[in-house]
Amino acid sequence: MDPVLLARWKFALTAGFHFLFPPLTIGLAWVLCWLLWKHYRTGAEVYGRLGRFWLRLFAISFVIGVVTGITLEFQFGTNWSQYSRFVGDIFGAPLAAEGIFSFFLESTFVGVLIFGWGRVSRKTTWFASLMVAVGATLSAFWIIVANSWMQTPAGFKIANGRAELVDFWAAAFNPSTLPRYLHTVDAALITGGMFVTGIGAYMMLKGRQIEMARRSVKAGLCVTLAAALLQFGLGHYHAVQVAHTQPEKLAAFEGLFETQKQAPALLFGIPDEKTGTVSHAVRIPGLLSLMAFGDADAEVKGLNDFPRSNWPPLAMTFYPFHLMVLLGGWFVVLPAMGLVLFRRRLQGGSRWLLWVMVLSIPLPFIANELGWIAAEVGRQPWIVYGVMRTADAASPVAVVPAGQILAAIILLSLVYLALLGVWFHLIRRTIAKELESPEPGPIQAAVSETTSPRISE
Amino acid sequence: MEITVLQFIWFILLFVLLGGYAMLDGFDLGIGVWHLWARAEDRRSLLDAIRPVWDGNEVWLLTAGGAMFAAFPPVYASVFSGLYLALTLLLVGLIARASAVEFRDKEEAPSWRRFWDVCFAAGSIVPALLLGVAMGNILRGLPLDASGNFTGSFFSLLNPYALLCGLLGLAVIAAHGALYAVLRTPAPLAIRARRWARLALQAALLLFGLAAAVTILTQRHLLTNYDRLPVLWAVPLATALALSGAAAYNRRDKARPAFAASCAGVLGLLATAAVGLFPTLVPASNNAALSLTAANSSSSELTLRIMFIFALVGMPIVIGYNVWAYRLWATQQKGTSRDY
Repeated sequence: MDPVLLARWKFALTAGFHFLFPPLTIGLAWVLCWLLWKHYRTGAEVYGRLGRFWLRLFAISFVIGVVTGITLEFQFGTNWSQYSRFVGDIFGAPLAAEGIFSFFLESTFVGVLIFGWGRVSRKTTWFASLMVAVGATLSAFWIIVANSWMQTPAGFKIANGRAELVDFWAAAFNPSTLPRYLHTVDAALITGGMFVTGIGAYMMLKGRQIEMARRSVKAGLCVTLAAALLQFGLGHYHAVQVAHTQPEKLAAFEGLFETQKQAPALLFGIPDEKTGTVSHAVRIPGLLSLMAFGDADAEVKGLNDFPRSNWPPLAMTFYPFHLMVLLGGWFVVLPAMGLVLFRRRLQGGSRWLLWVMVLSIPLPFIANELGWIAAEVGRQPWIVYGVMRTADAASPVAVVPAGQILAAIILLSLVYLALLGVWFHLIRRTIAKELESPEPGPIQAAVSETTSPRISE
Repeated sequence: MEITVLQFIWFILLFVLLGGYAMLDGFDLGIGVWHLWARAEDRRSLLDAIRPVWDGNEVWLLTAGGAMFAAFPPVYASVFSGLYLALTLLLVGLIARASAVEFRDKEEAPSWRRFWDVCFAAGSIVPALLLGVAMGNILRGLPLDASGNFTGSFFSLLNPYALLCGLLGLAVIAAHGALYAVLRTPAPLAIRARRWARLALQAALLLFGLAAAVTILTQRHLLTNYDRLPVLWAVPLATALALSGAAAYNRRDKARPAFAASCAGVLGLLATAAVGLFPTLVPASNNAALSLTAANSSSSELTLRIMFIFALVGMPIVIGYNVWAYRLWATQQKGTSRDY
């Protein structure tokens, strides 16, 4: 088997699995931070209970993000040694910075947050949650700096057989860093918001811990709606950047073969890479030109303008992109509907909608994966766009033979499958336990004057 | 700043990060080494002792890896691809143990706990051993081609010298973990941990002497700096002294100085290796001219300088809040199992 293809599969599997968790924990960390802030300021018992509950779910997810992240940091060296030699002068620094500025922060304070509960003051607990949220959000920044440099490399020269840094700021804030960072963090907020919404809805359906459940659903819906509306702007900002800096990727996103003025946006269609046509197309004329360049008459480059050897795999770029956009619309529709119905009839009246919320929990995860696939497959055949091809980047086959990669893929797949099973089981267990726990009486639900947040006792 | 100065600084900083990892996550791993020896009812206390801190400790490894990638990319590329299978095993071990720490006490069922107990113990012993084996192979030198690619086989990594270093690492880490358990677990378990520490320290001292003798006899290339500057022999001597000191304090039931001495011993071990290697990072066992050194394998001056600024700004803050957090845990009552 082709060792480069195997190495790519290994990276796709491990990065794809890892990427399920950080967006969730970044989103949850901010929800948690807000709940603990309310708890610190008001002392209300209900915020303490909510904080404790969401902290448990956060902790279970956080550890899986941590352990699967180690794989990725090792992997550049283990499977992509030619790449590491070539770009280490630029690519290594953000990874090290991520350790120094983010991982230490989140990991140390996650300990304080979880194990300091009830031992340290409410203020310290809140502060710890803030540091965790800041650390997690910063860590996303550094890894996206590194990844964006692969998309739109800047601030370097080729010298001594490698890419050498000449301008740190230009490399760190390369053309795609900011749009991709904001787009991803906002997606994390949607992921966290929908998770909180869906689990709250599930608790409402079970008819227990109604007070907690209702607050969760409401908070989750608000976060999701705000983040999803914002995502229209941020997604657009990112697409404009792709149009300007990676035209063949945009053409693949849109299934555009012919370079044209008044380029249409494709609402639906089935592109065929071989014939260079799109069947069953539903187009809005001029819309793509307008969105990408702010002018309906602007020229948009089609794939036919680029050598075939530089085309990204079309289907793997086109479909994920369109499905992601579709899901993005749903993340506005669902919370908008939810908030309207919530206002009208608060209990029991809209069980179907609560079920829809529960079933929508996986959708942001899927949208994240789709966006990641569109972005990274759309970068192919380059590992560093325009600079280094993926085919030239892997570890030499004499050093890391295909059989060893395959063995690692099988081993890690089994481990990850087990992790996913354990994660799902423990999330369910934690929710079930919360549902079984005694409901707070009216006195507990009211503002209490106690100074220490002893919730679990 | 001169690039040679920066290369020197980053050689040191890399070993500082590795030392931080060995000293801090070393006791987490060491706790795991004893986990299956401990009575079933004591295992929760062992885990509780490291739960608030293990994750932060493990970041030292990630940061060391990132720093190696950033400062010495060819070293990162050669070592990580060359030790492919070993690192994959290390990785699975780290995943298993971290999951075990977090998940074991989430369920009551004995089968659930037994499963995670095995994960935790195996996931601690295997990395503790492998890290030493990897270090032993690097000390001994790897066969490299002209582009720095490892040309040996997986089984060539399991040579006697590397295995000796692996056992030494395992013994030191086991002792370190046991001494931490003495400090941070309640009485009946702490007393047993004292016995474990005594055993492991004896083994560590014996293996350290053996490794030193074998190195002097067979690894001449590691003695260049020691020959040139004999005062450097103070480093391995201090290491032996620190390990003996840990044993002596442990015998007299002085847990804090024993653990402190053990910390010094762990750091001394890495310093001993660093002095032996400098300025080489990976000696080429087939041809010394192909060795990867701080001079021929570093990033550009600009990258090293920016990274140095990152470290200067970031690491004092990291150490600051870590000291704060450790002091917080030090004032807590030992062995209070908590819902989490």
